[in-house]
Amino acid sequence: MTTLSSRSTLNKGNKVHWNLKRNWVLYAFLVPSAVMLLVFSYWPMYGIVIAFKDFNPGLGFAKSPWVGLDWFKFVFTLPNFTRIITNTIVIAVIKIILGQLIPITFALLLNEVRMKTFKKTIQTFVYLPHFLSWVIVGGIFLDMMSREGLVNQMIGLVGLKPIGFLIDNNWFKFTLISTDIWKNFGWGAILYLAALSNINPELYEAAVIDGANRLQRMFNITLPGITSTIVLLAALSLGGILDAGFEQVLIMYNPAVYPSGDVLDTFIFRQGLTEMQFSLATAVGLFKSCIGFLLIMLSNRLANRFANYRIF
Amino acid sequence: MNIQDKSLGSRMFDLINILILTILGLSCVLPFVNLLAISLSSSAAATANIVSFWPVGFQLEGYALVFKSGAFIHAFGVSVLRVLAGTTLNLLFITLTAYPLSKEASELKGRNVIMWFYVVPMMFSGGLIPFFLVVQQLKLVDSFWVLVIPGAVPLFSVIMMMNYFRGINKNIYESAMIDGAGHFRILVQIYLPLSLPSLATLALFAMVGHWNEWFSGLIFLNDMNKWPLQTYLRQQLVSIDTRNLRADDIDLLLKLSNRSLKAAQLFVATVPILCVYPFLQKYFVTGITLGSVKE
Repeated sequence: MTTLSSRSTLNKGNKVHWNLKRNWVLYAFLVPSAVMLLVFSYWPMYGIVIAFKDFNPGLGFAKSPWVGLDWFKFVFTLPNFTRIITNTIVIAVIKIILGQLIPITFALLLNEVRMKTFKKTIQTFVYLPHFLSWVIVGGIFLDMMSREGLVNQMIGLVGLKPIGFLIDNNWFKFTLISTDIWKNFGWGAILYLAALSNINPELYEAAVIDGANRLQRMFNITLPGITSTIVLLAALSLGGILDAGFEQVLIMYNPAVYPSGDVLDTFIFRQGLTEMQFSLATAVGLFKSCIGFLLIMLSNRLANRFANYRIF
Repeated sequence: MNIQDKSLGSRMFDLINILILTILGLSCVLPFVNLLAISLSSSAAATANIVSFWPVGFQLEGYALVFKSGAFIHAFGVSVLRVLAGTTLNLLFITLTAYPLSKEASELKGRNVIMWFYVVPMMFSGGLIPFFLVVQQLKLVDSFWVLVIPGAVPLFSVIMMMNYFRGINKNIYESAMIDGAGHFRILVQIYLPLSLPSLATLALFAMVGHWNEWFSGLIFLNDMNKWPLQTYLRQQLVSIDTRNLRADDIDLLLKLSNRSLKAAQLFVATVPILCVYPFLQKYFVTGITLGSVKE
């Protein structure tokens, strides 16, 4: 069968003609989204210049006066800044690690269940929180984890003192991490469950004949069967090391827990949009974007190298 | 799996496993049951903190008040409009952008450069503040459209759709070309009908995303009357002092304990998600594997 492309390569002059007449539509299709990106993505990228300027809303991005690296120097001398970076990384890294381990464990356990209805019901339950906004989930937990809330009532039943999950700096990170895991562990297990369903059943049959028990089968067949998925997701999660969960923190924190809960994104939000320190906040944002960009490049590299993954 | 393992150890394993999974499963729904119970309890019981998973002093007044509150209904309406407008725009941009990008460089000259143009914003952004200033400069502040226009091109969805389009049999495309169909016709009459499950998935995710989004309302809409529901609810959560509330909200607070009313509001805002949840469940495995390149 002669395909169009091979036919058109026979005659080069023809091909150009054909291209123009037929394919201008392809470019036309791209125009609207390209304009949107230019305006809402690339123009803000240009706006980063104000990190090196003293931004004056009246003068705009272009005409505000240059100040060099002053904002960066200023930010790094702020006493709180190290604390904010530490908070961000600690919260994000623990979320990333537990956010992998718990879904993997959950997927492994669920995979062992043979009752279909039970399995489906559990899945229905655990995926749900992922689809609700942090306003709703945060609202529920702000109530449940308050000093008089349901969680503390249960703690009281065991005879322990109530814990200030939302106001105690020793506990607030725990609150952020545990509620985030609660919201997302079910969803996080989906890819693992998909990988698990691809494992050849004959492997299990052979293992049974060889006398392997349930746990042995889990560690010697099931777990190795999903290693590539684990490696891929681990590599991809690297990109989020500076994302401690902006929406969640913004909903759940309060000034009492700034020492343990303030992260880069919330700092940028407050400095920029509450204090109107546009240039300062942009400088911090640029710092975060640059590290984020490097991490994403690195994580895509790793994902490509170890799991043959590429996004396009 | 045809493995019959009836040993004692295996049965113990099953028992413990089901116990753990039941606890995990319940932990995900009980907070919502608690929320529902509080919303249906009398204000006295809610304030006294004696409600756990069953209403104490059952009443529907909380819900009656929610539906009588002009502000709540209005915000709900804004959210519905936003979901409709936003999802439509998203799908339009997704298909229009994904189709050309799914073509080979022989048809879309400069595809590599164009591809980079679309991928760079996924990896690097100007950050919150420059974005805010741009939107402000465009005079979109306090306009409904600020909720849907800046995010109209969801790049991850575009890439997913592009990969899906690339998987469509090339022979169909080429025979349509030979028969003289233009790109627009091929997209609408061949590609779209062939990608309905993917489109449904992306549409569902866009809908949920728009329903749940609250941040742009917070930063771009100074006029509370234009807030979508989630932004409105967020305000209810953080504003303990009545200075930030409107008169009819304060009225509500006086009539009912803050807690019961809050719970009713949160629950009503959850209902639309619960309604699309069965469809989401049907499609999200497709959704999550849609973006992967099959080679």
